[in-house]
Amino acid sequence: MRRVLIVGNGMVGLKFCEKLIARSNKFEIIAYGEEPRPAYDRVHLSNFFSGSSAQNLLLTTPSWYEENGIRLFTGELVTKIDRSKKVIHTHSGKEDHYDILVLATGSSAFVPKIEGVERNGVFVYRTIEDLVQIRDYAHNAKTATVIGGGLLGLEAAKAMIDLRLDTHVIEFANRLMPRQLDSDGSAILENKINALGIHVHTNKTTSHINGNGKLEGLTFADDTSLATDMLVISAGIRPRDELAKNSGIAVHERGGIIVDDLMKTSDENIFAIGEAICHNGLTYGLVAPGYEMAEVVVRQLVDDHIRSFKGFDMSTKLKLLGVDVASFGDAFGEIPGSVPIVLKDNRNGIYKRINISSDGKYLLGGILVGDATQYNLFHQMVATKMPLPAQPESLIFGNPNKSDDTGGIKNLPDSAQICSCENISKGELVFQITQNGVSSINEIKKCTKAGTGCGGCTPMVSDILKITLESLGHKLKKTLCEHFDYSRQELYDIIKVKELKTFDLVLDSHGKGDGCEVCKPAIASLLACIWNEPIVHQSTIQDTNDRYLANIQKGGSYSVVPRIAGGEITPDKLMAIGRIAQKYNLYTKITGGQRIDMFGARVEQLPEIWAELIDQGFESGHAYGKALRTVKSCVGSTWCRFGIQDSVAYAIFIENRYKGLRAPHKIKGAVSGCIRECAEAQSKDFGIIATEKGWNLYVCGNGGARPQHAKLLVNDIDIDTCTKLIDRFLMFYIRTADPLTRTATWLNKMEGGLEYLREVIVDDSLGICSQLEAEMKGLIESYHCEWKKVVDDPELQKQFRHFINSDDSDHTLSFVEVRQQKLPANWGHNEHKIS
Amino acid sequence: MEIVNQLKTHTAGDLAEIKIWFRAARISDFPENGGACVKYKDLQIAVFNFSRRSEWYACQNLCPHKMQMVLSRGMIGSMEGDPKIACPFHKKTFSLVNGQCLNGEEEKISIFPVKVEDGFIYIGFTQ
Repeated sequence: MRRVLIVGNGMVGLKFCEKLIARSNKFEIIAYGEEPRPAYDRVHLSNFFSGSSAQNLLLTTPSWYEENGIRLFTGELVTKIDRSKKVIHTHSGKEDHYDILVLATGSSAFVPKIEGVERNGVFVYRTIEDLVQIRDYAHNAKTATVIGGGLLGLEAAKAMIDLRLDTHVIEFANRLMPRQLDSDGSAILENKINALGIHVHTNKTTSHINGNGKLEGLTFADDTSLATDMLVISAGIRPRDELAKNSGIAVHERGGIIVDDLMKTSDENIFAIGEAICHNGLTYGLVAPGYEMAEVVVRQLVDDHIRSFKGFDMSTKLKLLGVDVASFGDAFGEIPGSVPIVLKDNRNGIYKRINISSDGKYLLGGILVGDATQYNLFHQMVATKMPLPAQPESLIFGNPNKSDDTGGIKNLPDSAQICSCENISKGELVFQITQNGVSSINEIKKCTKAGTGCGGCTPMVSDILKITLESLGHKLKKTLCEHFDYSRQELYDIIKVKELKTFDLVLDSHGKGDGCEVCKPAIASLLACIWNEPIVHQSTIQDTNDRYLANIQKGGSYSVVPRIAGGEITPDKLMAIGRIAQKYNLYTKITGGQRIDMFGARVEQLPEIWAELIDQGFESGHAYGKALRTVKSCVGSTWCRFGIQDSVAYAIFIENRYKGLRAPHKIKGAVSGCIRECAEAQSKDFGIIATEKGWNLYVCGNGGARPQHAKLLVNDIDIDTCTKLIDRFLMFYIRTADPLTRTATWLNKMEGGLEYLREVIVDDSLGICSQLEAEMKGLIESYHCEWKKVVDDPELQKQFRHFINSDDSDHTLSFVEVRQQKLPANWGHNEHKIS
Repeated sequence: MEIVNQLKTHTAGDLAEIKIWFRAARISDFPENGGACVKYKDLQIAVFNFSRRSEWYACQNLCPHKMQMVLSRGMIGSMEGDPKIACPFHKKTFSLVNGQCLNGEEEKISIFPVKVEDGFIYIGFTQ
């Protein structure tokens, strides 16, 4: 048996092992890795700061190596190769013999020679160990600076933001991502990044790292300076070629182990692959070319359809700091005669550039910033030389929401490469779906490995899955979690038809295991949407806010929000709130939904506080639930000299109509008394605006992280029609939306969009409107104030205590006084307090 | 296979070292398929009643993510059959068998043994 020894257990080293064992069992495989862990996913390294554990980043389980007969030594650095004896030596004195040696030593962070670079608080961004050090140091830092405004630098900047540091990025060139973007595209990216609070400094050469022991700041060549608590250098990578060099293998003068088209080094028994190599004077810093190199070597070893490495298309698509960035083919239009077509939208932060061949027939390359949904399609159009439409500008000026996106995918030839990391074609995916019965993204990933590298092709893979399944007459299945193989919509029907009223019954009859934090609240919401029974009777399947009928806040205290329908409140009730808040020492604040929130109540105080509120005529405001929150109003025609209709009266009517209504997510509404729209109705799930002739009804808007204006459903309708349409609209949403999906997202995903929604609930195209109205009527009639149930029932009140075996309060709750009110003591060390 | 220098893993406490069995509360005091907080000296212990599988688990009440005394108010569940608890604040989940964080990089939580006798729940402490 020939011994194949791999030096380096990174992404490419592991890929080589996988490819080799898949083709042959005639080799003894030994791998040496310098890091303490087996190979992990370096592409998604910054996920480490947003919640992924080191364990989650591992590409395969440690036992995988054993199961496949691979001997892996981690934490062993290979220091020398004795090529005449075919033996390697490690730092711990180990010796090992090889017949074939594969160097997959990767690369290291490039650290420029800047004076002071050795100071404490200066880091590189390359390994999990680097990340752990950065995280630990960040505990005592407020500001961080990243040197390098390229792809890796911006990844590092994301990590700094995740650590809640005030972040600066320093770039030597005159723009961010100079290798991928032109100056216009880069400007759009910079705007977006600035909006996240990252300060970008371009045209800056760092000349000195200041400080005394630990760093305190940077000085630049133009004599300006910047104070910073920590510094991350992410200015590029350098091939790890020192082992090869020390062992007499040829390396390039600018770095990189020199290989030929078959990945052979100057020693015929030694191959090199991945970021460590230099091929035709070029080095490659992405995984996809590394995987291709692994394939080239494996084919030679098993003597199968030998192919050579012919360089690699460096097209990339990434999500950097939430911004889509892609560049593909001839991105800068360097091919003679190419004609650029450019869309530059500063308002929405979108830049698209496509370069067209001089005869207008082919797409040569381009750049996308802000919206890269078309990247996969464009990339394939370049790679497969698909003919362009007659008006190529329609590619970027057309409506990206139109469904011809998938039309484009349908028209791709079977040979089109979909996953460039694993080199999977559209034909292979379609084959797995049509011939092997694959029907989910996870299964596709398992059997083809498509989408397991950089993940950039996942949207395209799922589109192909969807289109292919539909062509077979199947639908893509969305399941809730590991405990239920059903979608929310299916469970809605099951619960309703089988009259299941508790979570346990649903789990026993249609699920498995014990449930979890995903399916429990989802089913709790369904039970409430369908039966509207008091949720306190099944309190342990509710999210904590629903379980305690209050909103949990920092420190573990709760806030209390009584309903103030339409934002209208009498002086007496206002005083009652003030008096109760004073008695229990609660912090008070006006909410965005025109009501009053009282913070800082201990869990055992909640029933007492609510008893007093109910006594004063208040009801639960359901601020804790995925339910109707508020219907905001402007003052309307009763007082306002511009008002056309009585918006306050209508808002109060609507809020009382739907109070307590539970839904897949929270619902907010608003009513404006005239076109001036002071109630901001177009930012709500449903918004009503008075007109001279009646009311206009808008639906599916929301604020939040991705604001979206509500769309006009119908105009100039009378008040009864308007109410009836909202009944139908909300009920249709409740029945069909996925869990935790706001109406805006629900509509965005709806096939046929607003037109279809209008057909269903205005024109009754499905003939379900009378049923929707009847169901809504049932929910409205079964309304109850959840807090009144608790206040009236001493048994239920027992749930509201901190200890089960003591009446003591939680002594860890602590508050501080700020601006004459109490606030919770801070929970994190990274938060900046404004006092 | 050999993985040389593999990362260290933690193990749960040793039953033989338990010196005190603290009587916490009656079974009927606990919610079904849910948890409650027990006070023992100055400690807060979250105790969970997995009625569906007739099992009990106990762990520290403090969530190590944001240092909040809330785990007892979290939702219980299972991951591939193993019992877990989800913190109500940010849904960090922890195994109730070994205390490991299942969806993040948080410190592991302490697990305490539980026994049921004569309708009462007892929690085991080494001191």
